[in-house]
Amino acid sequence: MSHKAPSLFDWTIVSPAIAESFRKLNPRLMIKNPVMFVTEIGAFLTTISVFTTKENHLFIVQLAVWLWFTVLFANFAEAVAEGRGKAQADSLRKARKDTVARLLRDGVEESVPAGSLEKDDLVVCETNDVIPADGEVIEGIASVDEAAITGESAPVIRESGGDRSAVTGGTRVISDRIVIRITSEKGNTFLDRMISMVEGASRQKTPNEIALTILLSAMTLIFMLVVVTLRPFGTYATANFSTPVLIALLVCLIPTTIGGLLSAIGISGIDRLIRRNVMATSGRAVEAAGDIDVLMLDKTGTITVGNRMASDFRPAPGVSEAELADAAQLSSLADETPEGRSIVVLAKEKFNLRGRELASPHATFIPFTAQTRMSGVDVDGRSIRKGAADSVRAYVESKGGVFPSEVEKAVILASQAGRTPLVVADGNRVLGIVELKDMVKGGMKERFAQLRKMGIRTVMITGDNAMTAAAIAAEAGVDDFMAQATPEDKLRRIRAEQAAGHLVAMTGDGTNDAPALAQADVGVAMNTGTQAAREAGNMVDLDSNPTKLIEIVEIGKQLLMTRGSLTTFSIANDMAKYFAIIPAMLMATFPAISPLNIMHLASPQSAILSAVIFNALIIIVLIPLALKGVQYQTGGALEVLKRNLLIYGLGGIIVPFIGIKAVDLVLGFLHLA
Amino acid sequence: MHTSELVQLCLFIGLLALLTKPLGIYLTQVLDANGKTLLDGLIRPVENLTYSLMGVDRDKEQDWQGYTLAMLLFSLVGVIFTYLILRLQHLLPLNPQALPGLSAHLAFNTAVSFATNTNWQSYAGESTLSYFSQMVGLTVHNFTSAGTGIAIAAALVRGIARASANTLGNFWVDVVRVTYYVLLPLSFVFAIFLLSQGVVQNFKPYDTASLVESFQSQVPKIDEKGDPILDANRRGLLEVKTISEQSIVQGPIASQVAIKMVGTNGGGFVNTNAAHPFENPTPLSNFLQMLSIFAIGSALTYYLGRATGNQAHGWSVWSAMMLLFLAGVLLCWWAEARGNPTHQLLGIAPGDGNMEGKEVRFGIFNSSLFATITTAASCGAVNAMHDSFTALGGMVPLFMMQLGEVVIGGVGAGLYGMLVFVVLAVFIAGLMVGRTPEYLGKKIQAYDVKMAMLSLLVLCMSILGFTAWAVASQWGLAGLNNNGPHGFSEILYAFTSCTANNGSAFAGLTANPSDGDSHYNATLGVAMLIGRFLMIIPIMGLAGSLVKKKIAPPSPGTFPVQGPTFTILLIGIVLLVGALNFLPALALGPVVEHFLNLQGLLF
Repeated sequence: MSHKAPSLFDWTIVSPAIAESFRKLNPRLMIKNPVMFVTEIGAFLTTISVFTTKENHLFIVQLAVWLWFTVLFANFAEAVAEGRGKAQADSLRKARKDTVARLLRDGVEESVPAGSLEKDDLVVCETNDVIPADGEVIEGIASVDEAAITGESAPVIRESGGDRSAVTGGTRVISDRIVIRITSEKGNTFLDRMISMVEGASRQKTPNEIALTILLSAMTLIFMLVVVTLRPFGTYATANFSTPVLIALLVCLIPTTIGGLLSAIGISGIDRLIRRNVMATSGRAVEAAGDIDVLMLDKTGTITVGNRMASDFRPAPGVSEAELADAAQLSSLADETPEGRSIVVLAKEKFNLRGRELASPHATFIPFTAQTRMSGVDVDGRSIRKGAADSVRAYVESKGGVFPSEVEKAVILASQAGRTPLVVADGNRVLGIVELKDMVKGGMKERFAQLRKMGIRTVMITGDNAMTAAAIAAEAGVDDFMAQATPEDKLRRIRAEQAAGHLVAMTGDGTNDAPALAQADVGVAMNTGTQAAREAGNMVDLDSNPTKLIEIVEIGKQLLMTRGSLTTFSIANDMAKYFAIIPAMLMATFPAISPLNIMHLASPQSAILSAVIFNALIIIVLIPLALKGVQYQTGGALEVLKRNLLIYGLGGIIVPFIGIKAVDLVLGFLHLA
Repeated sequence: MHTSELVQLCLFIGLLALLTKPLGIYLTQVLDANGKTLLDGLIRPVENLTYSLMGVDRDKEQDWQGYTLAMLLFSLVGVIFTYLILRLQHLLPLNPQALPGLSAHLAFNTAVSFATNTNWQSYAGESTLSYFSQMVGLTVHNFTSAGTGIAIAAALVRGIARASANTLGNFWVDVVRVTYYVLLPLSFVFAIFLLSQGVVQNFKPYDTASLVESFQSQVPKIDEKGDPILDANRRGLLEVKTISEQSIVQGPIASQVAIKMVGTNGGGFVNTNAAHPFENPTPLSNFLQMLSIFAIGSALTYYLGRATGNQAHGWSVWSAMMLLFLAGVLLCWWAEARGNPTHQLLGIAPGDGNMEGKEVRFGIFNSSLFATITTAASCGAVNAMHDSFTALGGMVPLFMMQLGEVVIGGVGAGLYGMLVFVVLAVFIAGLMVGRTPEYLGKKIQAYDVKMAMLSLLVLCMSILGFTAWAVASQWGLAGLNNNGPHGFSEILYAFTSCTANNGSAFAGLTANPSDGDSHYNATLGVAMLIGRFLMIIPIMGLAGSLVKKKIAPPSPGTFPVQGPTFTILLIGIVLLVGALNFLPALALGPVVEHFLNLQGLLF
């Protein structure tokens, strides 16, 4: 799957979208969008007027054309958004090509089409078999290529039991043999859901979209009332308002801008998630992500890098730190574990000790084993060892050395501070300890501070003891932590937060995370996780990167900001449209009101046309904004509100004055009105 | 615009601001069913007796349906009660002028008018109603309709403030407490003050005085039975009559005037309302009457802040109201001070402004201020004839009502109307902070939006729908005194005033014509019912939905409903969503009239 957004007006998306815009004119589809449905009826009635009225032919024809364009532009916005999803769906669909499944029935294998598999069927997959449907590995271990859904070419391990048992239909087994129990219903596999999600086929309006549609429909109704009563008002004033002019006023007043872009905004929000390799099971989940105010983050992998790193050398009495560092580095040269490498790096940083090439004739490396719990090197007659305190103590004492009490104390202190002490010895002499600690990922502290400013609290979850947890929490700048957290603790914590009115997001992968994932308002399951976890959450992260939770929240917020900004813009536009159309309508009967024509529009007809044309064009102009989302800003609500109100509220009042005037000038130049 | 007038304007706003907190705290005590107040010793026993007579349990709260039903029942009984009194007033006591019973449609219109806190008067009080009708039939409503408005506002505020609850208070307890603890004592004190200024309070028949100089006037021709004589077009015939005597009105005026201001009722004892020297004798009485119109509505915003635990929010709402008000006053004042160019061509000094239809005792500024206050606050008492204002000056009162009576507004009604806009402002702009809309921690969802928009739709439908019907009908045009855009404004004003439950009249429109045509009385009556109850029902639905919601604890990410940004936003939403709908109608009325006036055309 591509991770990059296609360019906004990629011809392969635009050309089918144009065709789609016309297909969407079908009133049965339009009625789902009441604002645009009213516009379509208006366009239709104006078209009839073209044939029934004699005078002002050019004017009415242009009016009709631009009213149809208004509807088409709105359809186009939706079609482009859907088209961008479809491009992804097609690449997914290739993975779903009909495969033959090796169904295991009473221990006998038979070949059946993948489409006929039922839930709880058992199937066998061997090297180069495509996994026929979502399931759980119940026997064996295999490496699986999941590029079809994640876009990641490195194979992953899937094995029975544990937290890496889930497999996805459409992925390919690269080695070994596994037996899979099918967990998805027919036609409802992960891939199926993903395709329908990106295509928007199963897209239902989210709760906020429904509420917004109600607002827009009610406003449309009010404006219809305004326009319908305007005719008798006009008759009283001996001003006869023609139907096309009244329709023009109506279409300009009803919130067509947001009405036309609303579904595009929603679709593109989901689209943005998918581009970050996150699958949401519903648009509702994306919306909820914006509301999150408590983030429960796993320590390992999210806040800290996965492995512990060397942070300090603490020499024994009588030993210099440089000597300790040198010995520690020597012993770690062949140690390819992240911890080992971190010791080499630390020594280099602190004492500029270069990593040395030690040829094997001179040096013998002693690898780490579960029995000795030490590793090291024998070189130039020295035998350097590093390992857990008790193992090294036993080693040193067996060679007649003494384990200094200072070092013992340092070991205890380090453990209490949540660090892992490795004791380094040269022969029977203890040189000191190397402290390993959790390293907080770069930039996390700033990120948490930003989140705090936005009113989002972060809670770190860790299996460490409280002291270790507190130390890391303080360093990372999270607001709260849960030490020695069990899945039950997490569930309880989520419930408590929710009872206090908070909305909680979390990530999880194991089966025992499932209840908490289901309880959370946004539960992001790791794709590497179990099927149970993937079913429980309302999002799946195909990259299995827990840090992404923060991005998900940001995408949700950006979606809501875009929707709100364009709604405000759309409503604010009405001011200018009134000033364009009302004087134009009254001018013929009451020339005295000409000072009200503050934009100095050329003629009444030009004024009305300009407003209608601006109203149609603004939809096209705003499509990129609807698809990309408004600029996302961190900061407190007040700050963000001020900024957006200024741009989209005040801007929404001013821009149409300029726009309508510009269109009026162009119309005059082209002698169209 | 003189400095003294500016000082008076500042004094008015300053005193109002000072009054808001103490009165707001007192309201908070009263609106808590078990709250302690200063007057407990005096009123508590009567209050308790009332409950036991009514069989009301003070601590038993109602859900929104129960609360609304009780309110509807109470209002219905009130309408029927007053309807019967008005129809039968010739059989009832305290009728020294021996006035006859009212026609069915006038009685309906009047009963509805007072029960809905509108106090639209299709009649002239002094020549239509007996003292008994005024005091028992109408003044009772001045208290109960005001009490009802405050009760509904309290219910909505409780809906906002309470979390995960179900009940909104007890309607009976709210109305009783508001009436006993707030309206009665305030009116009593205010009535005493008015007496001191010279407002009359008696049960004497009207006085007669001989005119120093008799004059001739056209009056409706009546037959022996007292019925008007009609011509072929069913218009009342007029005859020229020499008038040498003046009838001077008497009656229990002070008591009615006090509550008509405090309870934003506005129904005058006499037809000229607060322009009459017996209703409003001195500059001081005029100033305090204006202040008393705004007092409770203003204090309710403090109650909002108190109850929701966000005082700054209360003040933000207050500021939005005051800014809209200030804009209105300044425009009206400017337009009236500027005067009428045609008058000036005829030799009237431009410095005199437009004094047509104004009391010389009050002048331009106090008439403009009073007109803006009375329409902003859904009171409807007038001390000048709005019909005679300049086109733009007259547009201000009209516009204030079309805002939905949310600029301070009617007691209670102003707050619940404004809270609808608050909910809409939060919903529309709330998304811009990147969360689904949230008002003081409560999610604003589809149902809430539906209810809020329904209340706006109803307002719009009644004003525009009825006006359209009237301007397109014979009966509608027959009532007009003026033609052209001014006539249009008269009709628009009448339906706006009734729908918004304001009750002030643009005058010039004959709603109770001598030929007995019932259209205006009936349609205006229905408009008042729509404007009151079809507004309240969705708003109570909103309260019922809000009260059930959880409250998300505030954080820096919470949508701010306090401070200048919110105030500006709220004003923007009131104007864009509420008022812009009336722009085309206003354009055809006062706006066109203004430009035609500039060209020397009068209507």
